[in-house]
Parts: sequence; structure tokens; C-alpha cells
Amino acid sequence: MLKFFNCDLHIHTCLSPCAELDMHPLALVEKSIQAQLDLIAVCDHNASANVKYALAAAKDRIKIIPGMEITTVEEVHLLGLFPTLEALEKMQLLIDDHLYGQNDEDRFGVQAIVNEIGEVEGLSDKLLIGATDLSIDRIVDHIHHLEGLAIPAHIDRESFSILSQLGFIDETARFDALEISKHKGIPKARLDYPELHRYPLLTSSDAHFLRDIGTAATRFLLSEPTFAELRMALQNFGGRRVQED
Amino acid sequence: MKVKTIAENLGLKVVCGSNALDRDVTGGYTGDLLSDVMANSKEGTIWITRQVHQNIVAVASLKEHAAIILINDSQPTQETLEKAETESVPILVSNLPAFELSGKVFNLLSCR
Repeated sequence: MLKFFNCDLHIHTCLSPCAELDMHPLALVEKSIQAQLDLIAVCDHNASANVKYALAAAKDRIKIIPGMEITTVEEVHLLGLFPTLEALEKMQLLIDDHLYGQNDEDRFGVQAIVNEIGEVEGLSDKLLIGATDLSIDRIVDHIHHLEGLAIPAHIDRESFSILSQLGFIDETARFDALEISKHKGIPKARLDYPELHRYPLLTSSDAHFLRDIGTAATRFLLSEPTFAELRMALQNFGGRRVQED
Repeated sequence: MKVKTIAENLGLKVVCGSNALDRDVTGGYTGDLLSDVMANSKEGTIWITRQVHQNIVAVASLKEHAAIILINDSQPTQETLEKAETESVPILVSNLPAFELSGKVFNLLSCR
């Protein structure tokens, strides 16, 4: 039987330089449960070291999808969501080979790897705020090769979005859905972007602070909150779907 | 001034659209945000950019630009080249960064 599940598919942890340190995996999981979310995706900028700790912190209390917010060479933010942690880790290998520079904590912020009980395991010194030198097409190909979902983030934003950077979405693009920022929301996006009618739209909190969790989510009609069900909902398979209003 | 004249004066490499180099250039625009270029550039523009994604061809074609110049020796993707050939959009490549190239193009266009 299908029912509605609250999904927030774009939440950062303290590994993202622009996120607060309190946003460690355990705190993020607790806050998501409190906010009555059923399925969340943990997506840091060009990094994923905290995802396994979020999975460990969650146990069976909430479903977590391994993800990453990847910066393409065009400076488009692209969400990659993966069926398994192994697939995400394979994605990370490619990103690590194509992301350059060192972080400057004073300018960009601390990038903390924190385990499932809130202990700091280490700091990432990579310039996670930077862009990879991989084209968006190449990254989408690799996400699909790993059986993941490729979703351009906050397409309505004036920076780091596919529309700001690349002007429009060409008809050969193979995105699985498009993310709308919570400030616009899906109904308004449907009015503003009639040319994107063939894409499923979703909205997320893009939380960088604990207080952001629960401020936005997308309701999906699924049989259970899993990656496989999510993929089927994006394809409108067997009655599964995104609830847009 | 023709695209060809600018290409010769500044030693630009023509990577495609060589059949359309006699187009008139009436101005220039420099930018990497395609949304901005779509909103603010004009017909007859020679557009200076670092973006190499195939969408640059559609933008140049839609806005009726005279040509695109890629900076820093950037190479267009295969899809970009194919689209540009189909749509007869000249793509030129410079080894200069955007600031210097824009200055040189500006000077050429001002001393007509």
C-alpha cells in the first residue's frame, strides 16, 4: 500500500565549510526525526566522509540516502544520490581526483569529520567550496553509471544553479529531477518554468544549520521510504509520485 | 569590423564556424553566467567567455552574436563543436585571460 513520506533530500553536515559545527551526524539525525522526516539525503559539498556516520547514528530510526552536492566545472551545484554507500564512495574517488586546492578555515570555515557519537575524527583540508574540473555531462554520466540519481540543486537561485550558469536546460539533458529552493516552492516553479514540465520537481531544506532542518521537505507517495521507491516515484511507476503542493 | 579582422589582429585560433567569419561585430560582451549573457548582451556581439558547455552555442545563436571567443586556451566540448558547426556560430580561442582579451577587443572596436 502506498502512503506519503516526508523527504528532505538535501541536508549538509559540518563537513561542508559553510555549515555550522553543531550540524554533526548524530545531531542532524536527531533533529530530522524530531522534524518528522521519513527519508533524508546527506549531501556535503564535494565530500562524503560524514555519510557513514550519519547512517550509523540513524540505525533504523530514519532512512538515509548517501549523497553529495557536486560542483561542476561550470560551477553548477548538482546533487548525486546513490543506492549504497559503496556507490557514493566510488563517486568520491572521481571527485577527489578532480578537485584542487586547500581549504582556508578562516575564510571558508571548518570542515569537520565527526563520528556517530559526536566525536571529531579529523578535519578535511580539501578546498570543498571549490569547483571540480569535470563537466556537468561527465558527472551526470558517472552518477548514472553508479546507478544514482542526478538532480541539479536549487535551479531557481541566482548563483551556482544550472539556470544561472548555463542559462537553460537543453533537451538532451538527462536529469532525474530538479530541485527548487524552499523560497520558491514547487507550485510557483511550475508557473515560472513551463518549459521544464517534463521534469519531476522536488524541494529541500538545503540545511546548513540544525534550525534549517524541517523548514522544507517534499512529500512522496511510496510503499516504503527507500532509494528504490524514490527512483520509481520520480518515474511515476505504479502509482508512486511526488506530491507537488 | 568583421570577425575575421579581430581573429587576425589578435591571433585567435578558429576552431569552428570558419564559413561565418565575415559577420559584422558591433560590440563585445564578457561573461560566464549564461543567464546574464542572455539578459544583457546584444545582437552583433563578440562574446568572450570561459564556459565551453554546448549551451553557449544556443545562447550565441539566440542572441545573434557575431562569434564566441574562449579565453585561457579553453577547448570547446565535442557537443559544442558539433552544435556550432550546425548553427554556423564561429568559435575562436585565445590564450589570454578575459581581462586582457576584453581590453584588446575593446581597443580594436573603438579605433574603427
